[in-house]
Amino acid sequence: MLRDITLGQYYQTKSPIHELDPRVKLIATFAFIISLFLVNSYVGYVIALIYLALAIGLSRVPFSYITRGMKAVVMLLMITVLFNLFLTPGELLWSFGVLRITREGVVIASKMAIRLTMLIIGSSLMTLTTTPNQLTDGLESVLSPLKVIKVPVHEISMMMSIALRFIPILMEETDKIMKAQMARGADFESGNVFKRASNMVPLLVPLFISAFRRANDLAMAMEARCYRGGEGRTRMKPLVYSSKDYIAYLVIALFMFMIIAAGRLF
Amino acid sequence: MMIRSSDLVFDYIKRDEEGNPCGSVRALDGVSLDVEKGQFIAVLGHNGSGKSTLAKHFNALLYPSGGTVYVGDMNTMDDSHLWDIRQTCGMVFQNPDNQIIGQVVEEDVGFGPENMGVPTEQIWERVEESLRIVGMEEYRNSSPNRLSGGQKQRVSIAGVIAMHPECIVFDEPTAMLDPSGRREVIRAARALNDVEKITIILITHYMDEVVFADRVFVMDGGSVVMDGSPREIFSRVDELEHLRLDVPQVTLLAHRLRKEGIELPEGILTRKEFIKELREYISRKENVTKA
Amino acid sequence: MSISAEKKMSLKLDNVSYIYESGTNMERKALENINLEISKGEFIGIIGHTGSGKSTLVTLLNGLISPSGGSIYWDGQDINDKSFDRKMLRSKVGLVFQYPEHQLFEADVFSDVCFGPKNLGLSADEVKERAYRAIKDVHLDDKYLKQSPFELSGGQKRRVAIAGVLAMGPEILVLDEPCAGLDPKGRNEILDLLSSLHENEGITVVLVSHSMEDVADHADRIVVMDKGHIVYDEAPKRVFGHVHELEEMGLSVPEVTYIMNDLADEGFAVSRDVTTIDEAVAEIKRLVER
Repeated sequence: MLRDITLGQYYQTKSPIHELDPRVKLIATFAFIISLFLVNSYVGYVIALIYLALAIGLSRVPFSYITRGMKAVVMLLMITVLFNLFLTPGELLWSFGVLRITREGVVIASKMAIRLTMLIIGSSLMTLTTTPNQLTDGLESVLSPLKVIKVPVHEISMMMSIALRFIPILMEETDKIMKAQMARGADFESGNVFKRASNMVPLLVPLFISAFRRANDLAMAMEARCYRGGEGRTRMKPLVYSSKDYIAYLVIALFMFMIIAAGRLF
Repeated sequence: MMIRSSDLVFDYIKRDEEGNPCGSVRALDGVSLDVEKGQFIAVLGHNGSGKSTLAKHFNALLYPSGGTVYVGDMNTMDDSHLWDIRQTCGMVFQNPDNQIIGQVVEEDVGFGPENMGVPTEQIWERVEESLRIVGMEEYRNSSPNRLSGGQKQRVSIAGVIAMHPECIVFDEPTAMLDPSGRREVIRAARALNDVEKITIILITHYMDEVVFADRVFVMDGGSVVMDGSPREIFSRVDELEHLRLDVPQVTLLAHRLRKEGIELPEGILTRKEFIKELREYISRKENVTKA
Repeated sequence: MSISAEKKMSLKLDNVSYIYESGTNMERKALENINLEISKGEFIGIIGHTGSGKSTLVTLLNGLISPSGGSIYWDGQDINDKSFDRKMLRSKVGLVFQYPEHQLFEADVFSDVCFGPKNLGLSADEVKERAYRAIKDVHLDDKYLKQSPFELSGGQKRRVAIAGVLAMGPEILVLDEPCAGLDPKGRNEILDLLSSLHENEGITVVLVSHSMEDVADHADRIVVMDKGHIVYDEAPKRVFGHVHELEEMGLSVPEVTYIMNDLADEGFAVSRDVTTIDEAVAEIKRLVER
């Protein structure tokens, strides 16, 4: 069920991309996503594709591993593409009953498909090459300017990392409670939507109670270990830029420049 | 003096469904005890006897409703010492899953020092040293989810050691573990006391874990009802059974034999002792028969 | 005829194996070639350290998971046959998991105990009657019936959870570490409860436990598991005769057995196969009074 989703699961290996500072990867991903929506020419797509292929190659994550994670989002992708394909008005190419495909529809749908695929691959490449810890640390650091406008950046990233820590524990717990209630004759698989929803009560109530108890325990354990928010806190693994990271920033800048230039020239 | 509580009283406030106070339950009722530096103390009692509530007072997680608690020379009611108290007297809890914050072992051990504002380089030294003390160096890059219960508790212990406490309170650290996990944790606690000279307060309901303690407090109904060396406590098998606590099988066997007229001393704690005493009893009896 | 039918009531595992994450690189063999027969009226103890496969074995017994190889028979019928009534099996083989109180969810104790029998599609009266009987069987006072299960003590919660399984009317009650996390008082209450269910209600009990003393005191047959295999399946006395082998598996024998072994090693004329305090007292008395 839930554990089949490999999208964005960390892939352990040694590669130049893995070694980059998480802030670089966050900013690179952000830049890449923006560029995908700036691109409006074939040359632009080619540049973005080369850039992505280069990153994948450098990351040493097997391409099959990346696409395996894609399965979960393929449905979403298909729906978006089909909507664009059939609902865009313009020069008629083919029709069957109410279904109409136009030239503009084909163009927009294929552009959308390319964009979304690259977007998903690009962002999952970030999570595949960055541990959840680095990711939260990076996010905290990248977002730290927002502290000025009173955004609780430290708290958000602490929440994220605790959530990541407890997801596997709660999944295991869900499995256990489910089995235990099934042993009491509970049925989670049959019936209509409403029936199924009400059948979930014997699973959800114990799960919530357990999650609250865990949260309570954890809060106490954190306090006992002198946790008092982000202020005055030092880091065991502070984020420090190395020369590799500066080179990566240069590459990103170059890429953005090329994308913008491609947009103007072609 | 490491910890001193005088006439400690604690009332839990009961709340109704709207969250308004509607009464209170006395969880601790006049607890006075002293813990000397370097001692290994055990606190026994069944669930609801108040032992965990007591433990939380030593770490300023709970404040007295009456009486006082001192950690070193700091009164736990004095908020200006809060973080010093928590650093001086660390705490290991029951459920190993619910006290590990980091997603990697070494990062979890570093959590306490990070909160204390220890410089980065020293955090690494402390993490290194703490993992070595509990024998978990080889798991430093593991995810806590892949460890056994006993290993997780050792990581929790390392997390406390890294804060360089003078005293560690173990609040039923073995209640959720299997026998081998229990052995690991108790061995670690004893080593901390023997080698690192850290004061240990072990709260448990497993009798066999307290045999090595310097002093045992038995709690019931929010008060300390027995207090003494393990031998003194285990000499009172009937009282312990009345409190619905177990005694080690060897102690119980000697006690039962005594009731059958075989005069073994009360408070036998180990198998070796038992055999020695039985041998002496038999030779005494033979001498009497011969004479 | 009726006698033989009654005798037949059994759960039989024939060459059963179970593999986790089969076909992936995470593949793990949890059980291998398990042969086990549980007959009416037995009190079986299952011991083995964490990861020995005992929890997987327990989950197989009522068909919550299906074996990767081999077959399981209930009264001679293969439980993985399409025609087999699994719902019936779940009621006949009651399964109590570790920390069963974590499964309580209803607003009051009585409704929670009703959950199981209700799922069996019984009449409302029958459901109520079974729930009452189960609550009585676990020695829980009537005054708790309308209380929220979350307000009870740890030991009481656990008894409610066990009642919830008993109300399904099981012939075999399987409990995975029913005493985990309880204090001595709560532990003894649960163990006494199991003994009375076994003796008075004639329920077959399968007790998975870490405590050698508990198993030695109650079970009349012990199954020892190690690395997914059944290593011993014998009477307690015989099992606890394998002191060295058990220790090699990271297990132990009851402390009294160690004491008697030590005495025998020291040259005292005592029997080594003593597993309970009562037996040890008798044995030492015999030695002294000779």
